[in-house]
Amino acid sequence: MEHPVVPVSTYLKIFAALMVLTALTVAVAFIDWGFFNDVVAMTIAVIKALLVVSVFMHLKYSARLLWLIAGSSVVWFMVMVGLTLTDYRSRDWLLHEGMRPEPWHSVPAEVMQDAAPSGHNGAEAGSTGH
Amino acid sequence: MSTATSTASEGKHYLNAKHTVLSWLLTVDHKRIGMMYLVSLVVFFLIGGAAAVLFRLELMTPAGDLLRSETYNKLFTMHGIVMIFFFLIPSIPAVLGNFLLPIMVGTRDVAFPKLNLASWYVFMLGGILAFVAIVGGGVDTGWTFYTPYSTMYANSNVILAVCGAFIAGFSSIMTALNFVVTIHKMRAPGLTWFRLPLFVWAMYATSLVVLLGTPVVAITLVMIFVERAFGLGIFNPALGGDPVLFQHLFWFYSHPAVYIMILPSMGVVSEIIACFSRRRIYGYKFVAYSSLAIAVIGFFVWGHHMFVSSQSTYAGMIFSFLTFFVAVPTAIKVLNWTMTMYKGSISLEAPMLYAFGFLGLFTIGGMTGLFLSTLATDIHLHDTYFVVAHFHYVMVGGGVMGFLGGLHFWWPKMTGRMYPEGWAIFAAIVIFVGFNLTFFPQFQLGYHGMPRRYHEYPADFQVLHIMSTAGASVLGFGYLLMAGYLGWSLKFGKKAGANPWDARGLEWETSSPPPTENFLVPPVVRHEAYAYEFESETSPESHPSSESSA
Repeated sequence: MEHPVVPVSTYLKIFAALMVLTALTVAVAFIDWGFFNDVVAMTIAVIKALLVVSVFMHLKYSARLLWLIAGSSVVWFMVMVGLTLTDYRSRDWLLHEGMRPEPWHSVPAEVMQDAAPSGHNGAEAGSTGH
Repeated sequence: MSTATSTASEGKHYLNAKHTVLSWLLTVDHKRIGMMYLVSLVVFFLIGGAAAVLFRLELMTPAGDLLRSETYNKLFTMHGIVMIFFFLIPSIPAVLGNFLLPIMVGTRDVAFPKLNLASWYVFMLGGILAFVAIVGGGVDTGWTFYTPYSTMYANSNVILAVCGAFIAGFSSIMTALNFVVTIHKMRAPGLTWFRLPLFVWAMYATSLVVLLGTPVVAITLVMIFVERAFGLGIFNPALGGDPVLFQHLFWFYSHPAVYIMILPSMGVVSEIIACFSRRRIYGYKFVAYSSLAIAVIGFFVWGHHMFVSSQSTYAGMIFSFLTFFVAVPTAIKVLNWTMTMYKGSISLEAPMLYAFGFLGLFTIGGMTGLFLSTLATDIHLHDTYFVVAHFHYVMVGGGVMGFLGGLHFWWPKMTGRMYPEGWAIFAAIVIFVGFNLTFFPQFQLGYHGMPRRYHEYPADFQVLHIMSTAGASVLGFGYLLMAGYLGWSLKFGKKAGANPWDARGLEWETSSPPPTENFLVPPVVRHEAYAYEFESETSPESHPSSESSA
């Protein structure tokens, strides 16, 4: 593969930028931004990752096909996180109160007895019984 | 070098180029590496199969009288781990893919031959670790390693088995990377994307799934290791973790892994059906694109494994909806294969019988998948034998049938010898009957409520269990029969010409077995794939004689 030779000074500049951004991450951690805590930290992290991938890993100097491949891995990561979050963000939503899982102790005794041998299925039986 | 050897290599091929053991162990020839994978996979298949024989024997009677419950758990875990990680996932890509893909794209080797050799060593290292875990006490978590059982409670060699699966994953990544680069960069002159054989498209789609999915399961397995070894809370609720998070991460890879196992088979079936119907594949582009569609959509459906976990009902609805979508490209393929045969000149050699087996069995497996992706019916069927039957119809009825069909189809190319056609047809029928007798009763068992992974059961289920065990014996007999005549043919089989099936494709234009450099003259492609309306350049020499051997 024919890569243009990247001068060492470029690497050093990127290294310096990464160090500054690391210090910045630590610095902003002392300030409470409320909701934006994660946003700020993630923004800095993404900038650092982009610097590493584009310069240190030579993506900036590579064929567009490799950009596509690197990009698709990011998209796939977002799919994984996004669809997993559809679960975590919606676990507490309920169409009606009957959908709320019963705590173990409030399941009627006869239901518990029916479901006793098969462990966790007892909770299913309890919640649908209402 | 290529010009120097090209004239002098009459009668020389990759098998007799060198003879020492070291020349195999240090080879960078993709064909030899494919054959090394074949031998290793047969060994793993025997190990996984032996476990199945033992637990099917146990299930002959309702009482747990042959095996203790712990032993039973270890055996089905062993069967799952070995068959999935060490047989099905590498089966077609590592054996047929390694052997054929560079020849099909008309090049001398894969893009990174040394990486290819390294993948076999990495695979064997993983396999040996898993084997040590099995013989040194066993693993009882099931192949899915569900937490918190695997990280906190299982009193068996979980870490060793997890390491084995983790390491084997890198071997599939290496193979996939090789395939993607080879297909992109090393196609012969004239071989455009839409002239590629559909087997190559299937390998490409599979490789993308491997590259995007395997790193996730690798990290997930590391998380098991970290939680089990160091007590770092990730999945265990007692340590502040969430067990369902494990299932999300595990199935993000392991559902697409089903497509890693089935997509290559679809590629094989495309080749076989075109050849034995003497017709161009109907709707070539649709079949090619549907492989990519399956690869992509396959990543959006994993939550259907978790409908009865504490996953949110709403997420369940989304995953259920998305799961129905993956049936569409699959159905396109089945329709197009059927249409290919319509008005074709069909001949029923053994590879075609396996392709027929694939079509019927995979369709049953796929359709029962729709029952399971429906939220309400899944509540009833989850973790029953219905699920067991469903995924065996997909993975054995689909994946293994495709592998066996491909093995027979390309056996003359790989070994230079014809297998005995009569025995092969007999074995294919035995395997088909044995398979159905094994797994069809399991749909019934599951529907009537027999849960999976139990070594005891109510006496009412015994008849169906005996049918299933009897079927497993027939199936095992079929496999042994096949091993017997394939082994026999290595020495005594009729010599195969370059193109015994009068098939189209670059692999049939070189001699059988191919020379080390694949082609003595670098090929130039002038036709689309499956140009059965044209005479093949290699066809006149041998195809009528192959018909007579049937």
